[in-house]
Amino acid sequence: MTATTVTLKIDGLEVTVPEGTTILKAAKDNGIIIPTLCNLEGLSPYGGCRLCLVEISGSPKLFPACITPVSSGMEVTTQSERLTEYRKMAVQMLLAERTHICSVCVANDHCELQSLANQLGVDHVLFERNWTRLEIDSSHDFLVIDRNRCILCTRCLRVCDEIEGVHTLDLKLRGKDAQVIMDLDEHWGNSCSCTSCRKCAKVCPVGAIYIEGEPVSHTKHKDIAEFITERRQRKWKQ
Amino acid sequence: MRKEIVINPITRIEGHAKVTIFLKDDQTVKEARFQVIDFRGFEKFCEGRPFYEMPSITSRSCGICPVSHLMASAKACDQIVGVTPPTTAVLLRRLMHMGQMIQSHALNLFYLSFPDLLLGMDSDPAERNIFGLIEKQPDLARQGIKLRKYGQEIIEKVAGKRIHSSEWIMPGGGKWPLTKQNADYLHSNLHEALDITVKTIAFFKNCLEGLEDEAENFGNFPTYYLGLVTAKGGLEHYGGKIRIVDAEGKIVADQLDPATYYDYIGEAVEPWSYMKFPYYKPLGYPDGTYRVGPLARLNIASHCGTPLADEELKEFKKLGKNGIVQSTFHYHYARLIEILFCLEGVKEILEDPEVLSERVSAKAFVNNDEGIGVAEAPRGTLIHHYAVDPQGMIVWANMIIATEHNNLAYNKAVTQVAKKYVNGKRLQEGMLNRVEAVIRAFDPCLSCATHAVGQMPLDVTLIDSNGKIVDRRVR
Repeated sequence: MTATTVTLKIDGLEVTVPEGTTILKAAKDNGIIIPTLCNLEGLSPYGGCRLCLVEISGSPKLFPACITPVSSGMEVTTQSERLTEYRKMAVQMLLAERTHICSVCVANDHCELQSLANQLGVDHVLFERNWTRLEIDSSHDFLVIDRNRCILCTRCLRVCDEIEGVHTLDLKLRGKDAQVIMDLDEHWGNSCSCTSCRKCAKVCPVGAIYIEGEPVSHTKHKDIAEFITERRQRKWKQ
Repeated sequence: MRKEIVINPITRIEGHAKVTIFLKDDQTVKEARFQVIDFRGFEKFCEGRPFYEMPSITSRSCGICPVSHLMASAKACDQIVGVTPPTTAVLLRRLMHMGQMIQSHALNLFYLSFPDLLLGMDSDPAERNIFGLIEKQPDLARQGIKLRKYGQEIIEKVAGKRIHSSEWIMPGGGKWPLTKQNADYLHSNLHEALDITVKTIAFFKNCLEGLEDEAENFGNFPTYYLGLVTAKGGLEHYGGKIRIVDAEGKIVADQLDPATYYDYIGEAVEPWSYMKFPYYKPLGYPDGTYRVGPLARLNIASHCGTPLADEELKEFKKLGKNGIVQSTFHYHYARLIEILFCLEGVKEILEDPEVLSERVSAKAFVNNDEGIGVAEAPRGTLIHHYAVDPQGMIVWANMIIATEHNNLAYNKAVTQVAKKYVNGKRLQEGMLNRVEAVIRAFDPCLSCATHAVGQMPLDVTLIDSNGKIVDRRVR
């Protein structure tokens, strides 16, 4: 029995994909790249960063491509002036929300937020910056979290829960005040569930979670979640 | 009726400053003050940051000598973690710092100071810059650019980037070893850099003959001198201990532990400048004026320790009594000798087989709650002092920047030059340029900004005692 397929248009290109596929995956499989930040192959989609917003004909709303499934006859636009404006605004809001100073950040030159800002031409932030002074937790032997650089993408939470399976990391508070915590808001060094697996540092798109004394260029390994998921499914890649 | 002449901003220096010249009733100069008009607040906003970020943050205070901040800061961090970096890490840090010294000194000489010295103090200010130099002396300008490039390449090959290469350095050493390919590249280009330096020194000594007047009146006054020296009293930029020498050449203190700098260096504050006024404590403030930087380092050192630089040092010392050269003008010559010393040092390090060892870091976490790091920046002794909490977060920081040590001396120097050259009755551009030029001789580094030639106007204002502007020139 063959799976049900759906045919739709993305940026004028007619594509056919299995039913239930997200717009983001359908686009990617057909060579159309939509910018993302919170999304990561191998982890469940979250829809938090709003970078992957796309237009769908017939609706005035914008849709996050990472969590919107395709439907038959859908006409999707992934690049437009309006979308670029919204994406630039989303990046600026992320930069304004906390204390992002690229020049002295451990992730400088290896940061997904920084490279997105570059790609989109964000050369200044129009919003008033918050300049947060949240606690930096370096109580763990080698893992450090600087919450001032966190963009709340929750990749670390998801990799900890879905891949490592320990759910040490979670969020407290809401909205812009939300913060990543360990266990029941313990210091990281006191966490009894953390296995020190480093996956959170590997998938962090910015310099919020890192390994002390190790260049971020060596630490980052964003394919780790997809790699482990595929191994678990016995898919061996060369 | 007292008038003031304000030179604001001073051009061709790193950072923002102004000079105010106070006139007597007869329009001659009474006093001049060198005022720093930037406020930056690094010591305060570093509080709460992890200690290992300090090299990266503090080095951003300067785009010219970030490597020196990296060194002083990393040394302070070494103390916090309580480890001795592996031999190779020290060699690489020294190598990188030599690159820094070469590029910074070449910048001051060729880009900032040679336009005054070679085109003339009274030449047209529109041409008295690196572009004018390129037009009049294209070969010299090209060689200067090449020499600076070589210094920057050393930094790049060791640490990955020419400016703000803070990713490499870490408490306990550096993050990656030097590749053979990079070492070979630096070695193959060394000869040309040495050749340029030797030729420039010969050329510069010829030029000195036409500049006796400036040499005599550019900040020519007795002070103490302070800097790092090796255990045998030789020239030192990275390690060593503090030596203090008086104006007569007598060693008043030697092999002082830099970690107790606060026992012998005090810091005073004046309401008219954002730059602090360090002074030598036994002499008190403001009598404890001392100078740091290339001139001071050559004055306190008994030898350089490399053959070509030692030969030059002997000639240099002949310019003064008891081996003490007190004219600020000779900072330029001292800089050239230091470039030579560094290039010879680069050769020694590159030929040491240890330099390619892969063991470049010692790892540890916070073991001490305080760390003090001292290095000789191109402009003089640089001190970083941090205190941390048990998690390694900075709770207090103090930095004494090389330029600050000279603050008292700046004021003496601008007063001396203004008294000699400035007359309020007939204000001429060349007079004011000499006041600026003496500051350039010190090569102050007042902020992190490097600004392009020609973009900063010189604003000179004559103000009478009622605050009324009587004359103003902007170029």
